[in-house]
Amino acid sequence: MYDADQNRTERKVGQKDIKITARDVQVYYGTNHAIKDVSVEIEDKTVTAFIGPSGCGKSTFLRCLNRMNDTIDICRVEGNIAIDGEDIYDRRVDPVQLRAKVGMVFQKPNPFPKSIYDNVAYGPKIHGLAKNKSELDDIVERALRRGAIWDEVKDRLQAPGTGLSGGQQQRLCIARAVATEPEVLLMDEPCSALDPIATGQVEELIDELKQNYSVVIVTHSMQQAARVSQKTAFFHLGNLVEYDDTEKIFTNPQDSRTESYITGRIG
Amino acid sequence: MTDLTTSSGGAASGQTGISSADLGLRRRHRKELRLKILGMAAILFAATMLFILLASIVSSGYKAFTQTHLELEIEVQEDLIPADNPARGDYQAMVEAALLDYYPDAADDERRAITSILSSGAALKLRDNVLSDPDLIGTQTTVNVPVSDNYDQLNKDLLDRDLPENRRRLDDSQIAYFDRLEDAGIVSAPINWTLVTAADSRFPELAGLKGALIGSFWALLVCFLISFPLGIGAAIYLEEFAKKNRTSDFIEVNINNLAAVPSVVFGLLALAVFLGWFGMPRSAPLVGGMTLALMTMPTIIISTRAALKAVPPSIREAALGVGASKHQVVFGHVLPLAMPGILTGTIIGLAQALGETAPLLLIGMNAFITSAPASPVDAATALPTQIYIWADSPERGFVSRTSAAIMVLLTFLVAMNALAIFLRSKFERRW
Ligand SMILES: Nc1ncnc2c1ncn2[C@@H]1O[C@H](COP(=O)(O)OP(=O)(O)OP(=O)(O)O)[C@@H](O)[C@H]1O
Ligand SMILES: [Mg+2]
Repeated sequence: MYDADQNRTERKVGQKDIKITARDVQVYYGTNHAIKDVSVEIEDKTVTAFIGPSGCGKSTFLRCLNRMNDTIDICRVEGNIAIDGEDIYDRRVDPVQLRAKVGMVFQKPNPFPKSIYDNVAYGPKIHGLAKNKSELDDIVERALRRGAIWDEVKDRLQAPGTGLSGGQQQRLCIARAVATEPEVLLMDEPCSALDPIATGQVEELIDELKQNYSVVIVTHSMQQAARVSQKTAFFHLGNLVEYDDTEKIFTNPQDSRTESYITGRIG
Repeated sequence: MTDLTTSSGGAASGQTGISSADLGLRRRHRKELRLKILGMAAILFAATMLFILLASIVSSGYKAFTQTHLELEIEVQEDLIPADNPARGDYQAMVEAALLDYYPDAADDERRAITSILSSGAALKLRDNVLSDPDLIGTQTTVNVPVSDNYDQLNKDLLDRDLPENRRRLDDSQIAYFDRLEDAGIVSAPINWTLVTAADSRFPELAGLKGALIGSFWALLVCFLISFPLGIGAAIYLEEFAKKNRTSDFIEVNINNLAAVPSVVFGLLALAVFLGWFGMPRSAPLVGGMTLALMTMPTIIISTRAALKAVPPSIREAALGVGASKHQVVFGHVLPLAMPGILTGTIIGLAQALGETAPLLLIGMNAFITSAPASPVDAATALPTQIYIWADSPERGFVSRTSAAIMVLLTFLVAMNALAIFLRSKFERRW
């Protein structure tokens, strides 16, 4: 299976660039070995879905990609992760700079208890992306448009972000994440707190975002993975069991565990 | 179904069903009722004790909020006031003369007894009036002068006229002198502003809380300036930056212990370190504030850490996720959200410090000081130590003044706690 993987990636390189390369990544929480030997190559301008049963390490691996795990005292990451060929765990890399480049959207909508405008403007401000107020206004508007929420909030930019509905909040969070012009967008179950309509909006959004970004999304919904992603990675008990084109994973999985999971027998 | 409505005993006896009047259920209800009654009794007991306490303080203290005065027509005699130094005039003689006008037939020894009705503050009041308005010299002026403590007590019915004469502080003739003034209609009992505008004095009718209020203010200010930044700094470091390991656990346990150390120990520490080693001035609010800061700091650290902990992790993740540094997360997001909780804890800590007595006694803030402190390094008392001094004084007038001072202190404490509650409810956030 490993060889097949290799061949396929080599084939694909010609068409799509590799954005993130992970080699033999191990993650430990204290003595708990949460990610075992994961190697994966994530393509640019592609939506990659991480699926797998609860507790298998999807979030953990996702959080390795923007070094969010650094904030957990007991967490230890080994191996090599590179974005555009640059090792992100290198001592010279500033995780703060990295996170501006690798945006993240969380499972639960978590807007700052500030105005809608300030929510979006915060990232560009701290990274000095705007020279003056009107530039900042432009950035905020562009981000809110990309987050597909501009029309709903353009008349109340100074209203608190926490006063929006759950779906609006999540789109606001997406707008906040894209406002810093990241190259990679990580989304950890972004729709789990949303109703079907809001989910539909976010999924459309993801589809648009892949024009510019490499999007990695963790989801528990097989249908969602099938709908939005081009590549799918199946995790099980800390291992990356299978990684392939989404279509192939869902129609013709190579591993029996993948098959059991997508047909609903494990997880 | 059976399990829901019957106890095991009920089930064994074959009783089932929701409506069956079941023994176990009734027992459970009785237990609940008993608990409720016990709880209510406890609250009632606490409320009664509080009421008794407040009632006794108020009933003995309210009389100190007025002070008996005499309205005297005083002749300001030019020949008794040296022109080069009007402050050294014989004002006592002028006040006495005005008073003795009401006793034209009094003999010499009677005159001595009569003039003892006047407080020693009477002449001072006339002097102050004259000094602020020199035009009064050579004219007649009406001045409201305070009477001395025993007559103040008599006027407020705190002195029992029915006691046998030898067990009274005033004999029959003295009472008669005062009654004559009352008949003349010159006795009044206006609000006792002296209580807040004067510093301490040996004479109850001249004693006030100004020195103690200013002393407490300086001490609390120093306490706040030291404990607030240090406490918040320590809490932020421990909560946000320090690695969780044995050392941090050890520090945490010790901070909790520090909060429980009896205040007298801090007083001894301050006596040895601040006064002994560093040679700082005795009785100074600066030292008092530093001592109180030692006690307030653990309270602030603990409440700040609780407030920081209460900020949801999702906010930190959100800020980290857009590339904020640890420093920006803490100072830009977490701290502002925790501020109401921090302020509440700080105010409660300061309210505790305001009422703290033992450490201040040890550093000498219970000295007899008759002027208000001009700076934090001047000798002063504080509210609780002033109460302690007055409670210890033999003069009858200090009994009600002690209670009045307690009421002043309690007013400040209630106001501070109300502010804390107000802040908490105003800035409470829902995420
Ligand atoms: N902060 C943490 N501290 C300790 N252990 C953790 C922590 N976060 C995750 N783990 C452990 O790491 C393993 C993987 O967890 P992770 O959150 O990555 O799973 P997941 O695949 O995202 O699950 P879910 O689908 O339920 O979100 C689990 O065994 C979990 O107990
Ligand atoms: Mg997860």
